[in-house]
Parts: sequence; structure tokens; C-alpha cells
Amino acid sequence: MIFKFLKLEWKQFVRSATFGKSIALKIIIGFFALYFILSFSVIGAGSFFILKKTFPDSDPLQIVNSYLLFAILGDLIFRYLMQKLPIMNIKPMLPLPLNKDSLVHYVLGKSSVSFFNILGLFFYVPFSIVLIIKGYNITGVLAWLFSLILIIQSANFLNFLINKSMIALTVIIGLLVTLVGLQNFEIVDVASLGGRFFDAIYATPLYCLISVLIVAALYRLNFKQLRNQVYLDEAIASKVEEAKSVDLSWTDRLGDVAPFIKNDIRLIWRNKRTKTVFLMSFLLLLYGLIFFTSDVYKDMKPLLMFASLFITGGFTLNYGQFIPAWDSAHYKMLMSQSFRYRKFLESKWVLMISMTSILYLLSFPYLYFGVDIFLMITSGAIFNIGFNSLFLLYAGSFNRKRIDLTKSAFGNTQGTSATQFLVIIPLMLFPMLLFWGFDAFVGYNSGFIAVASVGLLAFVFKNTLMNFIEKKYIKDKYAMINAFGKEA
Amino acid sequence: MITINTVSKKYGKAEVLNLESLEIPTGQSFGLVGNNGAGKTTLFNILLDLIRPTTGSVINNDISVHKSESWKRFTGSFIDESFLISYLTPEEYFQFIGDLRGINKADIKEFLGQFDEFFNDEVLEKKKYLRDLSKGNQKKVGIVAAMMGNPKVVVLDEPFANLDPTTQIRLKKILKTLTDNKEITVLVSSHDLSHVTEVCERIVVLDKGHLVKDIETSQETLKELESYFSV
Repeated sequence: MIFKFLKLEWKQFVRSATFGKSIALKIIIGFFALYFILSFSVIGAGSFFILKKTFPDSDPLQIVNSYLLFAILGDLIFRYLMQKLPIMNIKPMLPLPLNKDSLVHYVLGKSSVSFFNILGLFFYVPFSIVLIIKGYNITGVLAWLFSLILIIQSANFLNFLINKSMIALTVIIGLLVTLVGLQNFEIVDVASLGGRFFDAIYATPLYCLISVLIVAALYRLNFKQLRNQVYLDEAIASKVEEAKSVDLSWTDRLGDVAPFIKNDIRLIWRNKRTKTVFLMSFLLLLYGLIFFTSDVYKDMKPLLMFASLFITGGFTLNYGQFIPAWDSAHYKMLMSQSFRYRKFLESKWVLMISMTSILYLLSFPYLYFGVDIFLMITSGAIFNIGFNSLFLLYAGSFNRKRIDLTKSAFGNTQGTSATQFLVIIPLMLFPMLLFWGFDAFVGYNSGFIAVASVGLLAFVFKNTLMNFIEKKYIKDKYAMINAFGKEA
Repeated sequence: MITINTVSKKYGKAEVLNLESLEIPTGQSFGLVGNNGAGKTTLFNILLDLIRPTTGSVINNDISVHKSESWKRFTGSFIDESFLISYLTPEEYFQFIGDLRGINKADIKEFLGQFDEFFNDEVLEKKKYLRDLSKGNQKKVGIVAAMMGNPKVVVLDEPFANLDPTTQIRLKKILKTLTDNKEITVLVSSHDLSHVTEVCERIVVLDKGHLVKDIETSQETLKELESYFSV
């Protein structure tokens, strides 16, 4: 039975849209994953030595132990926000002659090998290996590691038990804040109290049986709860959210493009992935702080230019690169309606330049870092408005991948293809190079002027360029309808 | 009038549609039947310029659909759920289509008023996004949207599928009144023989892309179709 389930899992993985479709993308994602795994492992293996060096008087294991309690609570909060029980997948199996018990075991078992449970191990396992090499008691270390693995599993099951209950989240956050508070104001030494428990496991390996009991109990509770909910109207039902309509009639002032703007605003706000893009653009506003506060980058002006482009361009870059794939699900309908294609493109353009302008206004506090930085951001904003918005519209006509808006945003690469990587060159590298060229050979201010002029030039010739872009879209209409019609 | 001139569509070597010539006069209610893969949806997609025919052309009221886009102004259509915008409420969707077709808010409201019975209180003011409506209710939205803005041509692919019996009967009534004064051309495809024979005055049967029957609907049509398909 389990074997059959695993076979299904494997097929789901191999045949999923993101797998195999684009080898290049897979490789890049693979590299990222490898990078994270490696860095976690290095941190895990290296922390022993770092701790030993920084606190020569204390035992690194005890230091780690004293913070484990906080780590576990933090992990729970993180899981609460990100992790979902993969129960929807069993829907097609309900009517089959399968034992419901084994379905539930399967769901729970599958959850225990999730990404969230494995990530931590890349720290704990190398750390344990170093401990053993350094002559710690092998049984003790293994018991300690074993307990930690089980505690991670307990967190996994506990998360599903408290399943999206706001009260539970409040309790956990409250607990964490209280503990940190008690620690910080030196009322109770939570760290050493919590640490003592883990120290004890190392000292008396038999104590690791406690975590076995905890996991077993939580698993049992989960099983009982889930077993009662394996019905279409319970756990497996997808939740319907209540529609909230906001009056967007103020956009009517924009004239012909208003219907599309309204649509786009709703698109952004009502779908997870687009909402993330929107909110991320405000986060990217802070991107400059990394570069402007550090002395390392002071003399790497092209890199500062790069940061400046990101500060105001977060929305344009992230949203613009998937135009018109955001509308892929209803592209056919749009193409059978009576409107000038220009209006559709123009609405996207208006959206991008408005957002860039808003982000630019919000970036004024960067004046704190000096006029030069601010000029850089300004020229970046002009470049984003003039050149990048139009260029992304043009690049969009090469998009041939459908985006399913109902899918989650986290790590979703749907709609990504080589186009997305190629556009980086003109969008980011070109202005950096331009800036660098003028800055190095002509003089400081000429760098800003060059970047800003390209933006201004594109802005002035917007109509001509737009005509060209519109023609390209109309020419590629059938290819896009065909590609967007395919399920991703 | 819609004229289909020797339209064919090939994907590689596979031919999915090959029609000699077909004329659909203004005001006709035209039914298209055929088994899966007969080419019904392909024909409608070509009619709406969503795919290009390999040969031939379609003339919709003197406009070659592939050459000009002005036919869109008087053509309403609903092919499948991909014609809906999933994250809008039905009201917002009608508003969007209304905006594109140049209908003001009050007129949209009045227009939708005619369909109260058809919607059966399951569509409007339910505070639900289209993606959360049932398939049948989604279909109702798409069908009504296709009739917005006084179109001269209405194209509906499988409008009866997924609808409950009551709604099917109501839809038949709506489609009949639509062609009452012989000004609106209605093109409907269906797998349900009795529905099309009831609604359409002319029925064309496609098989593997070819026209095999072109019948003016009469008392015997349903029997004729049933015997044809029962092979």
C-alpha cells in the first residue's frame, strides 16, 4: 500500500509542471537549494568552533541547548504561517477501496518528511558530528540528536493540531515574548532552565524516551482528529472566502484604461502571488539600506546604481516581467472583446509608472545618505518609469507560460522561462554599465544624467514605442492564446 | 450573415476541421452537434479569431474576422470558463464587460434585471468570487455576459452542459426570445440533441471535422439525429 502511494508521489513530483519543463530553471533552483543546504551545514559544523572561540569558558553544546527552547517556539510560529497539511491530495482516493486509516497515516507520514522538518537537520546533524569528533559521549550526542529530530516532528504534528487557530498562535507568540522578556530583564534565566532539559538528555540518554512519548501522543491525537475529518465537507473542503468589493470608481478619471486598471487592482489584491509581489515592492524599498549603510560598497558605484534601480523598481520589475501572463487564465475572453489592444497595454503601463512614482516618493528619506545617493535613486526612478516599464511590456510579448493565480506565491516559479532571465540584461545591467561608463570616463554627475536621459528619451518616444509593442502583441496573439490555454 | 468559406484547420498532418462553405443568415438560430473531436469548438474558435484557419476565411456581417477586429463590437460569446475572470465577483465581471462594450452602470443593472429568473438568486449579491461559484452558476454568468451590449451575433459553446433542468428550460426560453425578431444570429453547440432541436431552426452535424448533415429543424429532426448518432 505505502509503496503504491510513494509511486503516486513520485509521479506527481516528476510530472508536475515546474519539473522538466525548463531544465535551466531546475538547475538554478537546484543550485539555490544546494547553497542553502551547504550554508546550513557549514554553520552547523562551524558553530562549534565559533562558540568555542567566542566563549572559551563554556561548553558549546550547553550554549546551543540554552537557545533551543526559543528556536522551537520560533519554528512553531514559522510553521504556523507557512506550512499546510497536504490533505487535499487524497481527494481522488476517497471513493477508492482504500482503508481510511491508511490514508490518514499516509497524509501524516508524508507531512513528516516535509521541507520544514528537514531544513533544521542540516544544522543539527553536522553539529552532532563535530561533537562526536571532538570526543563527546557518542551515546549522549546520538540521544540528543534523536530527541531533536523527534521534537521537530512534534512541532510538525502540533502545528496541524492547532491548525490555523488564532488563539494558539497568540499563545505561542505570547509565550515566546514572555520568555524573551524574562530572559532580557534577567527576571528568570529561561535560557539556562530550558538548556538544562537538553543537557539532561545528553547526560542521561534514556531521557530521550520522553520525546518519543511526546511524538507518539501528538501523532495519535492528530490521527484521531483527522480520521474524523476525512470527508468532503470537513478537512478536505477548500475554504470559500467572502468577496469584498471596494469602490474603485475613482479610477474612472483615467478614461479608457479605467476598466483594466480596476481589474488589475483587483487582480493584485485578490490573488496570493500578485499580492506578494505588491507587498514585496515596499520591502524592496529598504533594499538600499544594505548597500548605503555599508562601507564595502561605497566605491562600487555601479552596485549602488543597481540598488537604486531596485528601490523604486520593485513593483515594475516583479509585476512587469509577467505581463500579460497574469491575465493568461482569461486571455481568450479578452481577445474576443471589443477594445483596442493599446488600452490593455497602456493600463499596465499606467499601473507600473504610478507604482514607481509612489515608491519614489516613499524613498525620499534616503536623502539622509546624501544628495548623491538621492540623485542616483532619482535617475533610477526615471529609468524605471521611462525605459523599464516599456521594455517589460515589450518583453512580455515573449511570455508563453500560463500563470495559475490560485496557486500559492511562495517559491512559485510558474510562468518563469528564459525570458525572465534574459530581460535582466537590459533592465539592470544596461543602466549599471551606462552609469559606470559615464561615471568613470566623463565624471560623476554625468552618470546620473546618462541613466536619466535614457529613461526620459524612452518616455518622450513612448507613443512610437507603444505602437511597435502593440503590433508585436497583435502579431503574437494566436501563439499566446494557444500557450495560455494549456494547463500549467 | 456569417459566411464560412472553405475553412480548414490542420495541426501537423491531423486535420480537425474541413468545411466547404456554410452560410448562416441573419436572425437564424444555428445549432452545431457532433461527437467529441468533431470540430465544434474549433469552428467557434476560428469564428472568434482565437485560432487561425489553415485555409479559408470567416466573414461575420461583411467583416473578415481575421483581417479586422470590428466584428467584436457586435459579437458576444462564451466558450468556456476561461472566458471568466476568476477573481471578480459576478457584478464586477458584468461591469467589466459592460465597460468594454460601452454600457453604463444603470443600463447594466436594467439588463441584468431581465435575468433574475435565470440567475435564480444564486449569482448576484452572493459576495462570492467567480472562482468560488459552482460550474453551473459560472456558466450562467458567462452566458448572460455574452448577451450584453445588444450583440448581433451570439456564440455559445455547450451552453446547456452543467446547468440544472430548470435552468436549461429557462435558457431555452431566453435563446428563443433572442431570435424572435430575426435580428440576432445565435450559434449554439451541444451534445444534447433534444435541446438543440428545440432551440435551433437549423442544425448542422459535424463528424471528424466534416459537415455530414445540414437540416432544417422539423418534427422529425430529433428522430433523424438520434438514429444518426445511435450507430
